[in-house]
Parts: sequence; C-alpha cells; structure tokens
Amino acid sequence: MSTNALYRTCPSTGLQYHKSAETLMKANAVAGVVFLLIGGILALLVTLTRWPAVHLLPAVEFYQALTAHGIDMLIFWIIFFEIAVLYFCSSTLLKCRLATPRIAWLGFALMIIGSVTTNLAILKGDSSVMMTSYVPMPANPNFYLGLILFAVGALLGCFVFLGTLVVAKAEKTYQGSVPLVTFGAITACIIAVFTIASGAIILIPTYLWSIGYIGHIDPLMYRVIWWGMGHSSQQINVAAHVAVWYAISAIVFGATPLSERVSRGAFLLYILFLQLASAHHLLVDPGISSEWKIFNTSYAMYLAVLASMIHGLTVPGAIEAAQRRKGFNKGLFEWIRKAPWGNPVFSGMFISLIGFGFLGGISGVVMGTEQISIIIHNTIYVPGHFHATVVIGTTLAFMALTYFLIPTLFKRELIWKGLARWQPYLFGLGMAVFTLVMMGAGTLGVARRHWDMAFTGAALGYEYPGSAYLLMGLVGISGVIAITGGALYILITVGSILFGKKIDVPGYSEERSVALRAAPLESHGSIGVAGFEAPGTLVFALLFLTIFVVYYAINWKYLASVWPLG
Amino acid sequence: MSSLQPPAQRLWWKQPLDRLEGTWIVLALIWCLFMFAMMPYWHIAGKQNISNEAYRTTPEQYSAKAQAMVDKYTVRTLTDQQLPVVHPPAESDVYLVARLWQWWPLLELERGKSYRLHLSSLDWQHGFSLQPLNVNMQVIPGYEMVITVTPDSSGEFTVVCNEYCGIGHHTMLGKIFVVD
Ligand code: HEM
Ligand SMILES: [Cu+2]
Ligand SMILES: [Cu+2]
Repeated sequence: MSTNALYRTCPSTGLQYHKSAETLMKANAVAGVVFLLIGGILALLVTLTRWPAVHLLPAVEFYQALTAHGIDMLIFWIIFFEIAVLYFCSSTLLKCRLATPRIAWLGFALMIIGSVTTNLAILKGDSSVMMTSYVPMPANPNFYLGLILFAVGALLGCFVFLGTLVVAKAEKTYQGSVPLVTFGAITACIIAVFTIASGAIILIPTYLWSIGYIGHIDPLMYRVIWWGMGHSSQQINVAAHVAVWYAISAIVFGATPLSERVSRGAFLLYILFLQLASAHHLLVDPGISSEWKIFNTSYAMYLAVLASMIHGLTVPGAIEAAQRRKGFNKGLFEWIRKAPWGNPVFSGMFISLIGFGFLGGISGVVMGTEQISIIIHNTIYVPGHFHATVVIGTTLAFMALTYFLIPTLFKRELIWKGLARWQPYLFGLGMAVFTLVMMGAGTLGVARRHWDMAFTGAALGYEYPGSAYLLMGLVGISGVIAITGGALYILITVGSILFGKKIDVPGYSEERSVALRAAPLESHGSIGVAGFEAPGTLVFALLFLTIFVVYYAINWKYLASVWPLG
Repeated sequence: MSSLQPPAQRLWWKQPLDRLEGTWIVLALIWCLFMFAMMPYWHIAGKQNISNEAYRTTPEQYSAKAQAMVDKYTVRTLTDQQLPVVHPPAESDVYLVARLWQWWPLLELERGKSYRLHLSSLDWQHGFSLQPLNVNMQVIPGYEMVITVTPDSSGEFTVVCNEYCGIGHHTMLGKIFVVD
C-alpha cells in the first residue's frame, strides 16, 4: 500500500517526485556520469593513439583502453542513465510511487558490483577482448561475470519500472492513457528485457566456457546471439533518446505530438521489428544465407528505419507547430530561427536529433545493406557511424536532459550558465566532424580497433594513401574538441550538484496529485502553410531524403567498382 | 507540457492523421521498399555479392588443404621468413589461411581469371580486408567461406586484418599479387 509514501512537487515544473524514486534517479544518474567520466578519459587516450602524429599509447594499453572505453560508455554510462530515465517516466510522469524501491536498490547494487568487476578484469590486463568479446578469444571469467551481474541488475530496474506502471494503473494516479514519453520508455523497457535475455543466453555459457565447464562455443552462433543483444540494446538507446526528444520538446515548447497515433505507432514498430535487425552485423559472415540476411536486415530493419524517419519528422514537427501557435508563424523557418538556441536543453536536443538522423541514420542504413557491407565492414567507418548514433544521438540527448534535471531533480541552480550554453555545440559539432572524418577514413580502408595504421614491425608492409593519414589526424583533432565538450558537461553538472545555489522548494508530504490529461488544443486551421501544420519540417525532411538517396547511390557506385565477387 | 501528460483526447487513436505525417509516411515507406528491392536486384544484376557457399571445417582439415596447394603451386618465396608465393591455375580452389598473425600463403593471381577463394581461420576470428580495394569479409574458425573472385585490376594488393585478434593484430598482413 502507498500509505507512507512521501512526495514533493517541484514549484517551477509541476512535476511530482516520490521520495524513494527521487533518490534512486539521482543515484543512477550520478553513477552514469561517473562512468562517462572514466569512459571519457579513456576516449582521450584512445583518440590520441589513433591520431597518427601522436600515437600515444603502446599497443597493449591501447587495446586495453579501447575495451574499457567501449564497455564503460556504451553499457555502463548509457544504461545507468536509462534506468534513471525509466524511473522518471514512470514514477514522476505518472505521479505514482515507485514500486518496490528495495528491489530497485538491489538492482542498483548489482549494476555497481557488475560494472566494477568487469572494469577490474580489464584493468588486470587479461581481458582486452573488446566489448564484443568474440569467442574463442578468451577473457578473464570475471569479465563476463561482471557483465552478467550488471545485466541482472538492469533487468530488476526494468521490472521495477513495469511494476510502477501496474501500480499507477491500479491506484489511478493518471487519467486516460500514459503520456507519449512514458510510452517511449515502455518501448525501451520491452526491448531491454528481450536484449537482456539474449545477453544471458550467450554470456552465461561463455562464462562457463571461460571457467572450463563447457568445452566449445560455436563462434558463429556466438555472433548471431551476441548481436541479438548488441544490436537490440542500441534500440533501447534509440527508443530512450527519442522519448527524451519528445520530453524536451514538451519541456521547452510545451509541444504536443502532431498526432498521438502516429508517434505511438512508430514506437510500436520499434518493438515489433528491431530485434531482428542484428543481421546487419553479420552481412559478410560465412554460413548465413543471403535470404536470411536480406530478410532480417531489410524487412525487419527498414520498418524500424521507417519508425525512426517518422520520429525524425514528428519531433521537429511538434516543435514547429508549438512555435507557430505561439506566434512564430511567418514563412517557413521563423519557428526555428526564433528557437532558444542559447538554452542547452534545447540546443543539445536539436543537435542530437539532426546528428542522429543525418549522420547516424543515413550511414547506418547504407552500411546495413547486404552488399554494401562488403566495402564497409570492420573499417573505421563503423565506429564513425555509431558515434553519430550513440554519442550525438543518445549521449547528447541525455546531456540536454540533465540541464533540465539539475534544478528540478537535484534542486540546484546551474553553475557556469555561460559555458553551459556552448557545451552542446562544442560536443555535438566536434563529434559531427569526428564521425564524418572517421567515415571518410573508413571509406579509404582504415581498419577499426587497430593500433598502427603504418604497420611498423610487420613482415610485409602496406601504406595507406596520404589522405587517410590526413583524415585520421582530423579524427584526433575533432575528437579532442568533442572530449573538451564532454569534460565541460561533467564539470558543469558535477559542479552544480556540489556547489550550485540551493533552490528552496516545499518539503515532502503524503499528499499527491493526479496526472491530468493535457489541455485540448484549439483547432489547427490557423497555423502553417498550404494546409501543412509544419511545412518547415517537411522541407527539412525532404532535404534529408535527398541526401539519403544521393549517398545511397554513391555507395552502390563505389561497390560496383570493386572486383567481381560472388 | 503535453507530451509529458496523458493525451488530451480520451480516444486518441481516433485523432485524424495530419497531412504532413501522411505525406511523409508514404514517401518514407516507398523509399524503404526501394532499398529492400535493391538487394535481391543486385543478386541478379550486380557483380559484387556475398557468397552463400560455406562449409564447416577444422583447423587440421583446412591447413592440410592449404598445405597441399602450397606444395604444388609455390613459385617463389618472399622476405627472410621465406613466405611462399603461390600461383594457382585459373578456376582452381585457392586457400587463404588466417592465423595469428599472418595471412598465409601469399597469392599470385591472373587478371581477368576467376578463382574460388577459400577463407578460414585456424585460431581466433580475423577480418579479411583487401586494400586498397576495400573488400571486407569476416573470417571465423570452423567455417570455410568460398568466394569466387575475378580480379579485374592488376598490381599488388594487401590483405589487412580488420577483426581484432590480439596483440599482433596490427602486424597481420598478407598479399595478393595480380599479374597481367
Ligand atoms: C568525445 C567523446 C568520444 C571520443 C572522442 C571517442 C573516440 C573513440 C575512438 C577513437 C574509438 C576507437 C575506434 C577504433 O579504433 O576502433 C572509439 C571506440 C568506441 N567508442 Fe568512443 N568516443 C567518445 C565517446 C563515446 C561514447 C559517449 C560512447 C558510447 C555512448 C562511445 C562508444 C564507443 C564504442 C562502443 C567504441 C568501440 C569499441 C570497440 O571497438 O570495441 N564513445 N571511441
Ligand atoms: Cu587477425
Ligand atoms: Cu586481427
């Protein structure tokens, strides 16, 4: 029963925090930022090594740092923060107590123990296997054990989230249907449960293999199932950051979805089709048929791609409609010119949206084409692509959300507001250049996860063209710029939480309110151009499609120029 | 703060589709279907496809086949390690071994001729990355992939390993010489 649950209401946003949920959100968000810091330091070391003129770390340390960077960032930073987002989208948005806070703490503890265990295994030096840990290259058993514990902890977090939805429904803490943002979080959570199941199916046997209980793990089967986790977990990120985009458009502009049906339908497509898309990691693997590859990479993935293309339209579309309703209704682009570009909550979100779509989205679909994978697989194009998705897309969206959460959740004023204005630009634009030049270098054949593009000490030699060296130098420079932006984020957020001016808010009480339906909008008729509510967004969308088509065609042309293969 | 609140309408799924959304969904769907169609189309009309021919193998079986080819068709050796350069006949089966940290043997092929190139690993996973063409394949122990290749340009090509395979990964190079 909810008898002694305590709540407070934030006076400036009207959000209601359940005390236990509030502490858990803070703990998870802070843990995430700690891993972002560790991962960021490692990013600096890795980047300075891949910059040919600097070539900082020796080989052993490079592979070790790269393994830790991938895991600390992609798994630990992102998932800790996502758990905080899940609690926010359930307990806070539905104005409900968090179900079973004790289990949530147990999950948190497991995640901490797991992440520390895996990091220690990597630090020991016998687990530099990269985050994919492809068998039969062995890692220390603790490497897998830590990941398993972390996954179990995250699974508990998902159950607490789902339990909270049940409580909210039973206790009628909200009217009608759950908010769109919560719907997005539900999508992320469902995919997470599937993902963690795949992870368990492959990591538990791998752990048993590493301690000698199982003799052999088929490396191809490992890849198929591992990517069932590795790919779907990226969809958790997409669903989560799209939910954050919708949330921020509502926070900054009061935006309403153009239509609930389309936005929710698009989330539903994620749930239905994303899981199968793991095929695009296996397009040039032996022993898997083309039919399976094409079906899974396209039928399944393209419906998910369709979903992302829909969100890519409806998020800015909702912002445009909200701005036009406020009176910025002139021409095609007044709504975007007059947007609050100095507010990092907005600028971070918008750069995340554009970067994710134009850089991460297009490159991802192109390289996920069965035959085009031949000219991209395992080149440094691949990290170029996914830094556009998980760094510009997910990470920057989470950063933008943090600027909103610091006053309302942490009850502190932001310090260094002037610098905070610039942070999303430094990080987002630095990363945008970084991903572009990485993709360029990959097109010239530079390998990913590779210590020395000059192959010093090899029995046979090879020299990449000068332009590849130039691009890898630019990878170094733009990477350092982006890392500076990341460091600023950590300084500002940690500084604000520790030293920011305290905001006085009313204390906790047992009283709580109900999450009311949004106020209905007056009819659309008055805004927009030519019957379109958001014509400016349509222009952006058509520009996007044009670039997409051209880039897609270029890649087929490039493919057609290599040796005939079959 | 409306996307953060329950939808205004009780029956939100009956809310009519916006014209903007409708237009975009149709365009995006057409594009997705087109991209889908490109892949089967390329299997029919394109010249660069991923082979569907693959077998299970073992390191012993695979290295025996490669050794037999090397014994028969070696034409010279290179470097002080005496790496064999093999010149197999056109249309024949050519075995390239991936192992820590070598692509073995070196190959000499003729331009315009086709070869059945076999790829497998004797130990960990490796990545076949032919430079400067930039043709990439995953190489997995226990599986033998067979690709029919027809080199249509001549010169010296390098096989870089682009799947991380341990500390010697960045020294793992091989060569394919294509002669006229
Ligand atoms: C400014 C920030 C960052 C910089 C400059 C950076 C730089 C790099 C570089 C240079 C690589 C190595 C590429 C290679 O040699 O294969 C790399 C790999 C990677 N990064 Fe980042 N990174 C940053 C942030 C992030 C973030 C925030 C995430 C995740 C959310 C992330 C996830 C990864 C992953 C998963 C890998 C691949 C590891 C592997 O191959 O196993 N990075 N990064
Ligand atoms: Cu290798
Ligand atoms: Cu390698």
